[in-house]
Amino acid sequence: MTTKVRMQYFASMREDRGCDEEVIETSLQTLGELYDQLRQQYGFNLERNKVRVAVNDTFVSWDEAPREGDLVVFIPPVGGG
Amino acid sequence: MFELRTEPFDTEVLRQQMFNPRAGAWLCFEGWVRDHHGGRGVLHLEYEAYPSLCYKEAQQLEQEMLAEHDILALSCVHRIGFCPIGEMAVWLGVSAEHRKAAFAACEDYMNQLKQRLPIWKKETYVAGDSGWVRSESSLDSE
Repeated sequence: MTTKVRMQYFASMREDRGCDEEVIETSLQTLGELYDQLRQQYGFNLERNKVRVAVNDTFVSWDEAPREGDLVVFIPPVGGG
Repeated sequence: MFELRTEPFDTEVLRQQMFNPRAGAWLCFEGWVRDHHGGRGVLHLEYEAYPSLCYKEAQQLEQEMLAEHDILALSCVHRIGFCPIGEMAVWLGVSAEHRKAAFAACEDYMNQLKQRLPIWKKETYVAGDSGWVRSESSLDSE
């Protein structure tokens, strides 16, 4: 069974991916696995331990499962202030 | 209060909005775009944010600061977009009955903002290259 999630990309991840957003269909069970797969597929520069993940505007853990319609954002190291 | 702004903004208005007859102290921090970083000459910065998470996290941070420090109010504006040298990148105002709490909250808030808020900074260097720069730890090495 596959799940469709909306991805949004910012900063270095947006540049690595080459777009702002997309819809992804996945059968992976965790966001961590999703990141690892997309990293391999798209050549993301950052290892997972350097990145955080947010779903529906909330920081979550990499163990969370992707759910249908979720907005998933990988958060590269921040640099505000 | 927390806002992202895409253009330079009027700080006097922000200051006046914080007037409070109970406050004996008001502290303001301005973060300016400087012309060097890591020994390299910097031409300009660009800031990018994930707005909905940024506002949510900033609200959470503000609540924490109000709970953990004896302050009356806290207000922050952060630029996004292109920022040339000398531009104000961030403005923070903190009011309190006494200055000790205001100083502590100001430092704490800025340290937390730099670690938590989904805002990213891209530096363009004199040499012509550019790169996304992560925040230093709470002790700024520069």
